[in-house]
Amino acid sequence: MSTLPRAAELGLIGCHVCGQVCRFAGGDGDGLACPRCGSALHRRKPASYARTWALLIAAFLMYIPANVLPIMRTASLGDVDDNTILSGVVELWVKGSPSLAVIVFCASIVVPMLKFLALGTLLVSCRRGSGWARRQRAQLYRLVELIGYWSMLDVFVVALLTALVRFGLFSLVEPLPGVVFFGLTVVLTMFASMCFDPRLIWDGQDDSDD
Amino acid sequence: MTDEKPGTPPRGDALPSPVVHKRRSSVTLIWLVPILAALVGVALVVQNWLQAGPAITITFESAQGMAAGKTPVKYKDVVIGKVDKIRLSGDRSHVLVTVALEKSAKAFATAGTRYWVVRPRIGLGGVSGVDTLLSGAYIGADTSDSSTPEDEFKGLETPPAVTHGEPGKSFVLHADDLGSLDIGSPVYFRRIQVGRVVSYQLDPDGKGVTLAVFVDAPNDRFVDASTRFWNASGVDVSLGANGLKLNTQSLATVLAGGVAFQDPGGPHDTTPAPDQAQYTLFADQGSAMAPPDGEPHYIRMRFDQSLRGLAVGAPVEFLGVNFGRVVSIRMDYDEKTQRFPLLVGAVVYPERLGQAHAKLVALAKQHGDNADIAHMVGTLVEHGLRAQARTGNLLTGQLYIALDFLPHAAKVRFDPAASPLEIPTAPGSFDKLQEQMADIVGKLDKVPFDQIGNHLNDSLASLDATLRQVNGRTLPALNDTLGDARKTLGTANDTLSADSPLQQNLGQTLQELQRTMRSLRVLTDYLGVHPESLLRGRRPDPAPATPKPAPAVQPNRSQP
Repeated sequence: MSTLPRAAELGLIGCHVCGQVCRFAGGDGDGLACPRCGSALHRRKPASYARTWALLIAAFLMYIPANVLPIMRTASLGDVDDNTILSGVVELWVKGSPSLAVIVFCASIVVPMLKFLALGTLLVSCRRGSGWARRQRAQLYRLVELIGYWSMLDVFVVALLTALVRFGLFSLVEPLPGVVFFGLTVVLTMFASMCFDPRLIWDGQDDSDD
Repeated sequence: MTDEKPGTPPRGDALPSPVVHKRRSSVTLIWLVPILAALVGVALVVQNWLQAGPAITITFESAQGMAAGKTPVKYKDVVIGKVDKIRLSGDRSHVLVTVALEKSAKAFATAGTRYWVVRPRIGLGGVSGVDTLLSGAYIGADTSDSSTPEDEFKGLETPPAVTHGEPGKSFVLHADDLGSLDIGSPVYFRRIQVGRVVSYQLDPDGKGVTLAVFVDAPNDRFVDASTRFWNASGVDVSLGANGLKLNTQSLATVLAGGVAFQDPGGPHDTTPAPDQAQYTLFADQGSAMAPPDGEPHYIRMRFDQSLRGLAVGAPVEFLGVNFGRVVSIRMDYDEKTQRFPLLVGAVVYPERLGQAHAKLVALAKQHGDNADIAHMVGTLVEHGLRAQARTGNLLTGQLYIALDFLPHAAKVRFDPAASPLEIPTAPGSFDKLQEQMADIVGKLDKVPFDQIGNHLNDSLASLDATLRQVNGRTLPALNDTLGDARKTLGTANDTLSADSPLQQNLGQTLQELQRTMRSLRVLTDYLGVHPESLLRGRRPDPAPATPKPAPAVQPNRSQP
């Protein structure tokens, strides 16, 4: 199959918000705005690599304290128990809720790690202009976008428990700093995936497989 | 679009051109985010590193109630660290607990710091650590003055009774036995708890117990050089001249034991005692308040009579003053007399005699004599000092040893050089009574009861003969006499009966006499009225008045 023409080759640029196509020949479209809706026009998301990398690294840095610091304190009848994400998973597993443990483990450990890996892979492969498995990489990106929302599970659990379990001396749940870092991780990874322009996957040599 | 060649502009030339804005580039600013994140991370690491205090290892007998990563270490209820790891020692005899102390608790990683596990404890003296029932055990800590760093500690199994820096004083007590005391047992002064027993241990020679008590400030100033401590455990029942007396410190001491102290009455040294002063712990208040016993002396007595009722511990009294106590009663065999004398050993405290003892010693010294007790006793024995076993209680028959001066005591030989000192004995008052009774019985034995009986028998025989005579002869004659007498009385009775002629005659005679007396009275009356009649004779009687008929009554009577 012959390569399709690109908008840049045709001297066109499309608005991401309202879909208006404008004629624009020169440059990569910095400082342009859509004549219809006024939103910024650009061929590719500006500084996509740098932003994505920066946010991804920041997210990863936040992920370390999120796992090391305890996220939640449960106190019942004077028995105070601080739990990190991993110790919570272990406790759930040991105390006979393996299914819950798996869910929490997936949401809190697997998903963020997957995001780091996926975004990292995408960034590296796109920077190198690799033509390897473009379609699959595009799917991977959509997957990352999709599961991004679900990573907040832990934060929601802590927020809900903190609000609901307030029985003074008998039972009390308090959020600890770890949950803040975890929330920051999730937010930063979501920003990172937003900053990544999937069209970068298709840039580069066109003579590769597809 | 199919008809157009690639590379040429599309047909829609009406496409608008984008508006050009001046935009600032934000490429480099985005790197602030990871830098910020890195800063936060570094800050966390630095903070963690700064907060990390020393790690120490504490040895415990068991890790009961402790959990790694959870059990806190507390000082005055402030968390100063956390148990990091719990593992067994190499020989599995105890538990090694690694504790991560906080930075601020660096002073707790010094030599002398004490650690113990606070668990709920329920004892007779009270309940402690109830809060740990719910929160789980924690490790308690107590500081020390030392600043030598130390990271290996031996955990205490029980909380220390005295925490560091607590105002007050420790005192050392020596006792014969521990009684029912324990660590934490209360110390009372005038029945107010002012301290507690801190520790106890057996003396190295095994002949006693040494206790340490701690008296809190400001009450420690009441402990002075002459203070007496005694074991206030249990119930002290004494039966005295004032009746039954029951004495206890408090209900808690009845069950759990306690120590009490007080100054003896009278003038005494009241300078406050220094820390770690040594005292004797007496068994009860009575012995504690008694004057000091001084040096004990062993004496021996040899009794020839039974000593039933004399027990070890029975008092030895000198003129009624408690002077010592019996410590042994043993039997001996005397080949010469073939008897079993009893050897009674006693410990006496001459200083209990107070001034008397002091004066005796002074006198003995004046005479240039040996002030030794043996010589003094020798002098006293010459003056009739004897030991007697006397009955102290008539109901139970318990004996005590009395040392008394017997005025008529037989002279005995006294050997002052003998060891142990032997005090001559004399039979006791009860024994004397027995002897006197024996004397009486002996005298009674001498009375010729046989002869008396024979004589009495003879007398009774003659009495019998006499009585027989009386029965055979005298009594029948007496019977006859009585029959005669009865007859006589019957005759007399007949004579005196109402219808007897004698009685009738007597009645008639009396009537006659009565008539005579009446006429005589008429005569005297008449003569009283008419005395002239003695001369003129009696005048004729006046004619009797004719009765008048009643005229009004008659017609009424004839009408019906």
